[in-house]
Amino acid sequence: MKTKPFSLYVIYGCLLIFGFVPFLLVAVTSFLSNDPNNLVTLPFTFDNYIELFTPLFGKVFLRSVLISLITTIGCLVIAYPFSYFLVRSKHQSILLLLIIIPFWTSSLIRTYSLIAILKFKGLLNLFLLKLHIIDQPLSLLYTNFAVISGLIYNLFPFMVLPIFTNMERFDFRLFEAAKDLGAGKLDLFFKIFLPNTARGIISGCVLVFLPAMTLFYIPNVLGGARSILIGNMIQSQFLVIENWPQGAATSMILTALLLVLLFIFKRKGNEGRS
Amino acid sequence: MPNPLIEIQAVSKSYGQNEILNGISLAIHAGEFLTLLGPSGCGKTTLLRMISGFDEPDNGNILINGKCVNHLPPQKRDVHTVFQSYALFPHLSVFENVAFSLRLKHLDSQEIQSRVIDALKLVHLERYQHRNTSELSGGQQQRVAIARAIINRPQVLLLDEPLSSLDYRLRKSMQYELKQLQKTLNMTFIFVTHDQEEALSMSDRIVVLNDGVIEQIGTPRQVYETPSNLHVAKFIGEANIFDLKVKNIVDEFVEVSIESIPLQYKNKAHFKQGDKLHLIIRPEDIRVWGQSEIADNENMIPGSIVDIVYKGSTVDLKVELPSGKIINASEFFDEDDDKLEYTLNEAVWVHWLQGWEVLLPYEN
Repeated sequence: MKTKPFSLYVIYGCLLIFGFVPFLLVAVTSFLSNDPNNLVTLPFTFDNYIELFTPLFGKVFLRSVLISLITTIGCLVIAYPFSYFLVRSKHQSILLLLIIIPFWTSSLIRTYSLIAILKFKGLLNLFLLKLHIIDQPLSLLYTNFAVISGLIYNLFPFMVLPIFTNMERFDFRLFEAAKDLGAGKLDLFFKIFLPNTARGIISGCVLVFLPAMTLFYIPNVLGGARSILIGNMIQSQFLVIENWPQGAATSMILTALLLVLLFIFKRKGNEGRS
Repeated sequence: MPNPLIEIQAVSKSYGQNEILNGISLAIHAGEFLTLLGPSGCGKTTLLRMISGFDEPDNGNILINGKCVNHLPPQKRDVHTVFQSYALFPHLSVFENVAFSLRLKHLDSQEIQSRVIDALKLVHLERYQHRNTSELSGGQQQRVAIARAIINRPQVLLLDEPLSSLDYRLRKSMQYELKQLQKTLNMTFIFVTHDQEEALSMSDRIVVLNDGVIEQIGTPRQVYETPSNLHVAKFIGEANIFDLKVKNIVDEFVEVSIESIPLQYKNKAHFKQGDKLHLIIRPEDIRVWGQSEIADNENMIPGSIVDIVYKGSTVDLKVELPSGKIINASEFFDEDDDKLEYTLNEAVWVHWLQGWEVLLPYEN
């Protein structure tokens, strides 16, 4: 039998230490009881999960799903034509770099900078007033609009990159073949381009939807006190209320949802291939 | 003569400073297998793209069925293409690839079913209809591309170097199959290739293109046996070329000297005394005799063998003439000479039957 290379064991080890063990700790914690002094204590209990089945939690949960969904669609609507433009552009590498460069500064700082744009006397309102599109400044900050803008802004590259990679592999000669066989412009898009780039869309949606559910600081910074999403709810359970088992249980439910979604996406992806 | 199916009238095309086609005129008749032959960059693919509608001519007209189609998009032409890259749709099965143009026409599924199966039967792929195109070999993908292009029964099928990525044996059998298919469908095929052997074995007529102009149009036999100029002679088949000067005109013969031996050839092109010319002779038309084999060496050129390659059906020789010029000769095994035993550096006599040579005006 061939021995596996050492580097493979290193990767397995990293996954075990940094991925599986912490996950296991969260899973175990979610079944423990809360203790103000030691954070967690025995006995094992299902209470943490049972207590979550409240209308309030349901509302937060649904709202999170909805906001993530809108974020995902928003990213897709911008990123799909953008990627097409990128693929056909001569300045591809520069444009790609421009997308990646903002990632070299902290995402939190960039989110704060959005406040300067969205606030009551911010740049966006100033701009709209100057153009006489609006008469009075709009209250944009601390709304769902601000949260979704922040999420789209932060997650946009995660949508662009997989779609771009997918489109880059698209053989544009297929358009000629389709035209030769009588396809019109709409046929070219719906019968050739879209099905061949569907896998990029699916990967992009997964990469955007999952973090959109959990990025807690964006609703915190841009959504204000009223905007409770599942991400910042978990954060406050851990750090504000200091109920670790409850926070862990909420995390586990989120993980379960994401696993289900991943499974569905994966099956869709396989269908697209065959 | 019936009206041609496609007429190309003085068509020119440039990309920027690059002139690709320069005043091409050509008539293509229904049901013929026409090959556009030329080296890469000669404009043959551009000409094909204008017939299919992907490019428009800068000058001149393209007529299909007597109608000018210069600005007609490819979707509206009764012409389909088999692309060099095949350009099969990777997200569709073999069946759906072939059905593509029928689905666009919204035909009912029963008709689509039967027509696709018929087309797949023509290319012997009916068993593969549910496969993914990526699971097929190069030759099979090629057949899907052909089935997809013929399913609409277009008047003209354009084939852009369709066999260039297949290996030698497969290419041979596909050449035969394509020719059979063309006969079965009685469809006009316009075939683009840079492979002269392919052109010779498949075509009814060959159009030899070079640097954007047509150098010769003719049957494979005409193009091979009576090339119109030096380039055609060199490009199609192998050729030995002698640069000579007419010494004398004797009746209807020109007298030249090769390796100081006076020789006379029929003066078909009306050369005059003092004219320079090229004499073209194909390797397989040259006879090479060992000096002991013959007594009469009149009109023969001496030489010595510098290379022998045994090829199975032929023996290919390189013969050095006294001036140092090396010529190629292919000798066949036949009743005249069933042994073909040559040795290196053997002194030989070289000759060919009068009339098998081609005399062309001198080109620089």
